Amino acid sequence: MSVHITTPQFKQNAHAALGDAQLQQALGNVRVNFVERRASAAERLPEFESLRDSARDIKNHTLAHLDLYLEAYEKKVTEAGGHMHFARDSAEACAAIVDICKAHGARLIAKGKSMASEEIGLNAAIESAGMNVIETDLGEYIIQLRGERPSHIIAPAVHLNKDQVEADFRRVHTDLPKERNLEAPESLLAEARAVLREKFLAADIGITGANFLIAETGTSIIVTNEGNGDLSQTLGRVHIVIASLEKLVPTLADAAQILRVLARSATGQDMSVYTTLSTGPRRAGDPDGPEAYHVVLVDNGRSSMLGGEFQDVLRCIRCAACMNHCPVYHAVGGHAYGAVYPGPMGAVLTPSLIGVGKGGHLPNASTFCGRCEAVCPVRIPLPKMMRHWREREFERHLSPATVRYGLAFWAFFAKRPALYRIATSIAMPALAMFGKAKGRFKSLPLAGGWTRYRDLPAPQGKTFQSQWKARGGRVR
Amino acid sequence: MPEPVKPRVGLFVTCLVDLIRPGIGFAAVKLLEDAGCNVIVPQQTCCGQPAYNSGDRASTRDIALNTIDAFSGCDYIVAPSGSCAGMLRAHYPELFAGEPELAAKAQAFAARCHELVSFLVDVMQVEKVSARFPHTIAYHDSCSGLRELGISAQPRKLLASVEGLQSIPLRENDTCCGFGGTFAVKYGEISDSIVTKKCENIETSGAEVLLAGDLGCLMNIAGKLSRRGRSVEVRHIAEVLAGMTSAPPIGATADGPK
Repeated sequence: MSVHITTPQFKQNAHAALGDAQLQQALGNVRVNFVERRASAAERLPEFESLRDSARDIKNHTLAHLDLYLEAYEKKVTEAGGHMHFARDSAEACAAIVDICKAHGARLIAKGKSMASEEIGLNAAIESAGMNVIETDLGEYIIQLRGERPSHIIAPAVHLNKDQVEADFRRVHTDLPKERNLEAPESLLAEARAVLREKFLAADIGITGANFLIAETGTSIIVTNEGNGDLSQTLGRVHIVIASLEKLVPTLADAAQILRVLARSATGQDMSVYTTLSTGPRRAGDPDGPEAYHVVLVDNGRSSMLGGEFQDVLRCIRCAACMNHCPVYHAVGGHAYGAVYPGPMGAVLTPSLIGVGKGGHLPNASTFCGRCEAVCPVRIPLPKMMRHWREREFERHLSPATVRYGLAFWAFFAKRPALYRIATSIAMPALAMFGKAKGRFKSLPLAGGWTRYRDLPAPQGKTFQSQWKARGGRVR
Repeated sequence: MPEPVKPRVGLFVTCLVDLIRPGIGFAAVKLLEDAGCNVIVPQQTCCGQPAYNSGDRASTRDIALNTIDAFSGCDYIVAPSGSCAGMLRAHYPELFAGEPELAAKAQAFAARCHELVSFLVDVMQVEKVSARFPHTIAYHDSCSGLRELGISAQPRKLLASVEGLQSIPLRENDTCCGFGGTFAVKYGEISDSIVTKKCENIETSGAEVLLAGDLGCLMNIAGKLSRRGRSVEVRHIAEVLAGMTSAPPIGATADGPK
């Protein structure tokens, strides 16, 4: 199913987000908590920086030989009694999953948290095929009740506060006593747990994402803190894994290595509470497990990123450290990005998924502060790749005309040092005279984009270069 | 005994310092000369970041080649800005990837480029400065200097040697101020939100003066502080280290903010 995209309206989205006091308060928690927890987790582990190198190298190696590892993985999945489905795009992936669900006569499907399922618009596809799907991760459950999409890739409901969740629960859980006390966050948790427990038991099929797919064994691995993924995939008759193809790693040892940086980068935990491995359906003698096991692997343009300037983003392990440390994400939150993946990794990946014409705002809406790259556990050069998108936009004349003309005017002088020196030696003293009274401008023609929000400090007077020349190259 | 040969240092003054606050350039010259350098200032414009970060690679290359040629006779190229020094040092070589001859030239140039304060401490082995500044200060770590060039300890080391200066911790000292070059104008409302948080942290710190090593960030912060009606002074670290603080602070007049 196609996913609703509002990325072209990024500025309007951002404006609304900046004016939303409740959202701003919620984002304040991201800005402080995630940052402090990651920093302290990294500090506790002396080898953290070399583990990041190792994680990067493992992913690079896998991407360099992705064809071989995909074949090996498919062979192992099949040997374990599972079924592989390769999907070129979202429509094919949704169709494959809907077909499996129909073939098993499913009515209710329990779903673990999966960004790939958000990317392909899976819930809408399942529902329009006449089946019900329930999100079992608490955050995902809450946003499903609200008809929203995740605003963060590991904390999907991070934009909400407790009162909003309580209101949603009261609105939806109408069979529970109206006068029940939901004051304490724990009571909300207990209520969600009780509601979801029934759904787990009633579900015919469980769908999960994957943090890793292991070529060596055909295993899929999920990490969760709630255990909902385990129940989703164990209690149903069928387990379907939906993942994008860059989740592959060669061996279990490789996954174990990357796990050491994943939770530390994400939540600051040493490890997530649950790390669950699944290999094929239930074997003879297994006490539990699904009767059938399917893996739907979606490409959505990723294979065309291999070997190009955006390949490095396929190293991403979805820890969210980049958005947790991003000043732009802190300012506007995840929904403003208007697509599935927010934050710096989204600013690089989204244009690949929806086209740079629609997604062009995202790689531009960055200060290039570099904090995302500085914390990325697999060292993805995110600012560099955002710049590559800007280059493509510039080449295709997609950037706004005012920007292009302004840049061309500036570049004309910047390329001509002598002309630049003469022009600025006349312009700056004049500007300085106008600004002399206050030392700054509250408004200035052509500088409205700046002075709308802040004063513009006035120039001191003559340029450095003209003063330097006049003094014969002496400082005093 | 013959006097040791002074290194020939080309000052890359940066376009913002050249145009807006030349005093920082003169402070840089003084610091470099005090450290034993022979300073020259070749004719120059800008490092090219506005074009580079707007996706205009062709203009950036032209500007880069001009800059590289202009500074060809220098032992070192020093800029009073982590952002511009980062451009010269980290990004110029990337511009010529796949063109071995030019790439080698850019690489050789990049290796000689430094940010001012880190150059003084790391290359010229400056341990202390002779300056007096009897004020409480907070230091903002500008992004490119911090993350592209690893500048963090050097400014603090030299500030500690300034007589009468007292450093006050700044919350979120290493988060962006929201400047980001053209970002500040293209996404002004978001930039405003980011710099507002920065100003709140500065105001909470209680420092009299905010210092940093990049004029872009300083103009953004000073402009926002004055728009908020705050009287915190804003200066480039070079002015304080050089003891050249007689000029009014950034965005203010001699008789203080109005």
